[in-house]
Amino acid sequence: MATTLFMPDVLVIGGGNAALCSALMAREAGASVLMLESAPKEWRGGNSMHVRNLRCMHEEPQDVLVEAYPEEEYWQDLLKVTGGLTDEPLARMVIRHSSRCRPWMRKHGVHFQPPLSGALHVARTNAFFMGGGKALVNAYYRSAEALGVEIRYDSPVKSLELKDGEFVAAITESGERITAKSCVLGCGGFESNLEWQREAWGQNERGEWTAENFLIRGTRFNQGVLLKFMIDAGADTIGDPTQAHCVAIDARAPLYDGGICTRIDCVSLGVVVNREAKRFYDEGEDFWPKRYAIWGRLVAQQPGQTAWSIIDQKAIGRFMPPVFDGTKANTLEELAVKIGVDPATFMDTLNAYNAACQPGIFDHTALDDCRTDGVTPAKTHWARVIDTAPFYAYPLKPGITFTYLGMKTDATGACRFNEVPSTNLFAAGEMVAGNVLGKGYTAGVGMSIGTAFGRIAGVNAAASTGHRHPTFHEELSYAAGH
Amino acid sequence: MPPVTDLEAPVVGGACEAGVNFADALTAGEAEIARIMQICNACRYCEGFCAVFPAMTRRLEFNKADTHYLANLCHNCGSCLYACQYAPPHEFAVNVPQAMARVRVRTYQDYTWPLAFGRLYERAGLTVALALSGGLALFMILAIAMNGRLIHEPLAGDFYVIFPHNFLALLFGVVFLFAMLALAVGVVKFWREVSPTRDGNLADIKAAAQARVPAVAEAVTDVARLRYLGGGHGDGCNEGDDAFTLWRRRFHHFTLYGFLLCFAATCVATLYHYLWNLYAPYGFSSAPVILGSLGGIGLIIGPIGLLWLNLKRDALRADVKQNAMDRGFIMLLLLVSATGFALLLLRDTRFMALWLAIHLGTVMALFLTLPYGKFAHGIFRSAALLKFNIEKRMPNRLGLGGE
Ligand SMILES: Cc1cc2nc3c(=O)[nH]c(=O)nc-3n(C[C@H](O)[C@H](O)[C@H](O)COP(=O)(O)OP(=O)(O)OC[C@H]3O[C@@H](n4cnc5c(N)ncnc54)[C@H](O)[C@@H]3O)c2cc1C
Ligand code: HEM
Ligand code: SF4
Ligand code: SF4
Repeated sequence: MATTLFMPDVLVIGGGNAALCSALMAREAGASVLMLESAPKEWRGGNSMHVRNLRCMHEEPQDVLVEAYPEEEYWQDLLKVTGGLTDEPLARMVIRHSSRCRPWMRKHGVHFQPPLSGALHVARTNAFFMGGGKALVNAYYRSAEALGVEIRYDSPVKSLELKDGEFVAAITESGERITAKSCVLGCGGFESNLEWQREAWGQNERGEWTAENFLIRGTRFNQGVLLKFMIDAGADTIGDPTQAHCVAIDARAPLYDGGICTRIDCVSLGVVVNREAKRFYDEGEDFWPKRYAIWGRLVAQQPGQTAWSIIDQKAIGRFMPPVFDGTKANTLEELAVKIGVDPATFMDTLNAYNAACQPGIFDHTALDDCRTDGVTPAKTHWARVIDTAPFYAYPLKPGITFTYLGMKTDATGACRFNEVPSTNLFAAGEMVAGNVLGKGYTAGVGMSIGTAFGRIAGVNAAASTGHRHPTFHEELSYAAGH
Repeated sequence: MPPVTDLEAPVVGGACEAGVNFADALTAGEAEIARIMQICNACRYCEGFCAVFPAMTRRLEFNKADTHYLANLCHNCGSCLYACQYAPPHEFAVNVPQAMARVRVRTYQDYTWPLAFGRLYERAGLTVALALSGGLALFMILAIAMNGRLIHEPLAGDFYVIFPHNFLALLFGVVFLFAMLALAVGVVKFWREVSPTRDGNLADIKAAAQARVPAVAEAVTDVARLRYLGGGHGDGCNEGDDAFTLWRRRFHHFTLYGFLLCFAATCVATLYHYLWNLYAPYGFSSAPVILGSLGGIGLIIGPIGLLWLNLKRDALRADVKQNAMDRGFIMLLLLVSATGFALLLLRDTRFMALWLAIHLGTVMALFLTLPYGKFAHGIFRSAALLKFNIEKRMPNRLGLGGE
């Protein structure tokens, strides 16, 4: 086996936000850094190239952020979405870090902007990246290159060589053995691994392998190879291996990298029927941004893991324009035929719903009083009769955003074996997100976690080789609450 | 959604399913803009870069006029290509600047006056070459016909010994006025189609009327500062890759203001001549020579810089078919300024007549091609920016909910 002669201080495995943050910090500390990205250059950046914002704590208005979003409120939000599956000290560290990290991000070329039109509800909590995640990733790569980080694309790592919980070398798919004094794993979850997903979701009572009908919203390169390797090597893990963040997206999205634009935002304005032409859940339970993750799971439970969002002309122009045209028809029967569900059942479902709609004042910007009475499931808000041609149907499928399974870690970002932290092997980003986000999700928290742990892991990996970061300590001690 | 490849063929229906009547049938290039805008409209990550995306979010569908408007609003800065998560090799193959560039040049053609001259854009290199050789030949022949030769005893820089002033004023005046007329007719046709009040809706007309003054002021600053070559964050636009640079804007400033200074020099000289009976040659410290020299310097630095950037630009985002038009125009500007300086230096020598003929020939070529080449971009872009600034002050009819 060929061993590479150049031995970097820090080897960073991965090429998304977490890996880049680590590489930049380690390099700033003076360490020599080699980065291995599994993707070719044109697909670099993992799921990070699809992101749009960062959730930021702030005590007062901060450039693009309005009002205040104090630590406590952020923490309560996180506590709520995770249902307590979080580690408070680590979570608070991430939260506090988010209040001070943006100058550093700017220094490396990231630009922020006020919220995108249609996302004003997060104007207070989230700072948006101008141009989105790919612009962010591009900026970090440019900065890393300028600072002298060596970057190799098309370099998937197959396994690691470990000795007593210490990193020795990485072995690439092509068989190259790369030694380094320390290593940061920033290679995402296992969401892109269809085989593993199939296993994790298992077979349902209808005998279907649920995950076979899933779409992956992000990269195809997060195959979880090193996650699996670390589990097999006995590393401490965290997070439910059978869980994933799963949202309802347009069924016509590509298998990978459909990203943000494939979402369907008209669910709450109409009804949703499954393959049997039946409704199955309250479409108007809450605002769509608060419900789209629940709908991923709901659709996953339907036969064929598919469903259709049905709206009429009245809804047009009231939701973010979808990327694919809906199936359009002048009558509801025709629509049923076009989407291939049983027209008779479909009409029964819609007639029952229409008959149940109570008079009210429709307001899609508030939890209004338009609801149904006497139909199951009820629709509790925005329930309006579906009667105005043309009618539209948008097909839905579950789309996987990320998985929760990861490496157990502490405030240093170290990987752990039997509760003992490694001195030179660290992990960051989605690989450790489960420590803070055991389940659920709230917009922008993935990047908060990835940026915090990415920077911390990079600094500590460099420190383990004798390179102290010149300025980070103050920021870190604030984040760590010292 | 595969990219559309045959750009000339009309596509009925386009990217939006709404019943499109045949008069509105989109060409393949326009349909490609509509297709891409539908993706961008569902994504919107690039909203901060320029005016195109905010204009897009006011629409759910993109008809022919919308595509023409957006194509001319795009400055081809490149930011949204490098930032695009759906750019090739992604199967959505989103490439906004290229789609816009392809339709942009078609709009110059479609709105050309007289319409038959629109074909000149298709052979832009040839057009420039013909205009140039025609202009040169014309003045060489005229010089010989009027004076019997091109090389002569020094004439103390008195151009009008070679060509009488009124003759030049008439010749260039007529050509220039024609060029301005042709451009004006073209842009009026364009404006009629994209006008923010095209629907004739009374509320719109009222809102637009109120918006006019501030909109004009903002459009003028957008043009004068080339705001949208700044990339939204002020770091500039892209050239060969995803790195930002302000040099395109700077070189364009040299070019544009150089052009305007040269134009001012001519206007001042005309005033001198007719109002104050001050005749050329003017001293080195006179207003026309100073203005002309400063402008000329701008028109040397600017076009050289733009040419350099043009040559190293990423072909992925350009419409390579337009290289001839862009580079032809750049070369013509450069020739005008270079021959102008040569004339200034040689005006007291035996070669004045020769250089005068060469310089006037290039200026003539520039004037002749103004309405039928790259110059049109300045006019159409300014019109699109004006529309943008009016439209954004009008109420938005869409009421999109939460996300
Ligand atoms: C569509 C979408 C939108 C999102 N929007 C947001 C948002 O707005 N805000 C937010 O906070 N979060 C968002 N998220 C979540 C966010 O993407 C993640 O939390 C974050 O990007 C994780 O960063 P990372 O660096 O850990 O992983 P990634 O960015 O996925 O990077 C993993 C990298 O590792 C590489 N890799 C994988 N395996 C190997 C291997 N064996 N060898 C070498 N390299 C390997 C991959 O190629 C990739 O470059 C979104 C996710 C998706 C899918
Ligand atoms: C006297 C007027 C003008 C002159 C002489 C001029 C000249 C030029 C030249 C030579 C180029 C280079 C072509 C290339 O990109 O390679 C160019 C490009 C450009 N000009 Fe102008 N210009 C003028 C007015 C304007 C105006 C009014 C605008 C309005 C905003 C404008 C916007 C641009 C932009 C955005 C580009 C680059 C994009 C492209 O390839 O089209 N210009 N101009
Ligand atoms: S260019 Fe790409 S990233 Fe930008 S708005 Fe359009 S689809 Fe989104
Ligand atoms: S290329 Fe630049 S100006 Fe054109 S649409 Fe993209 S960001 Fe806007």
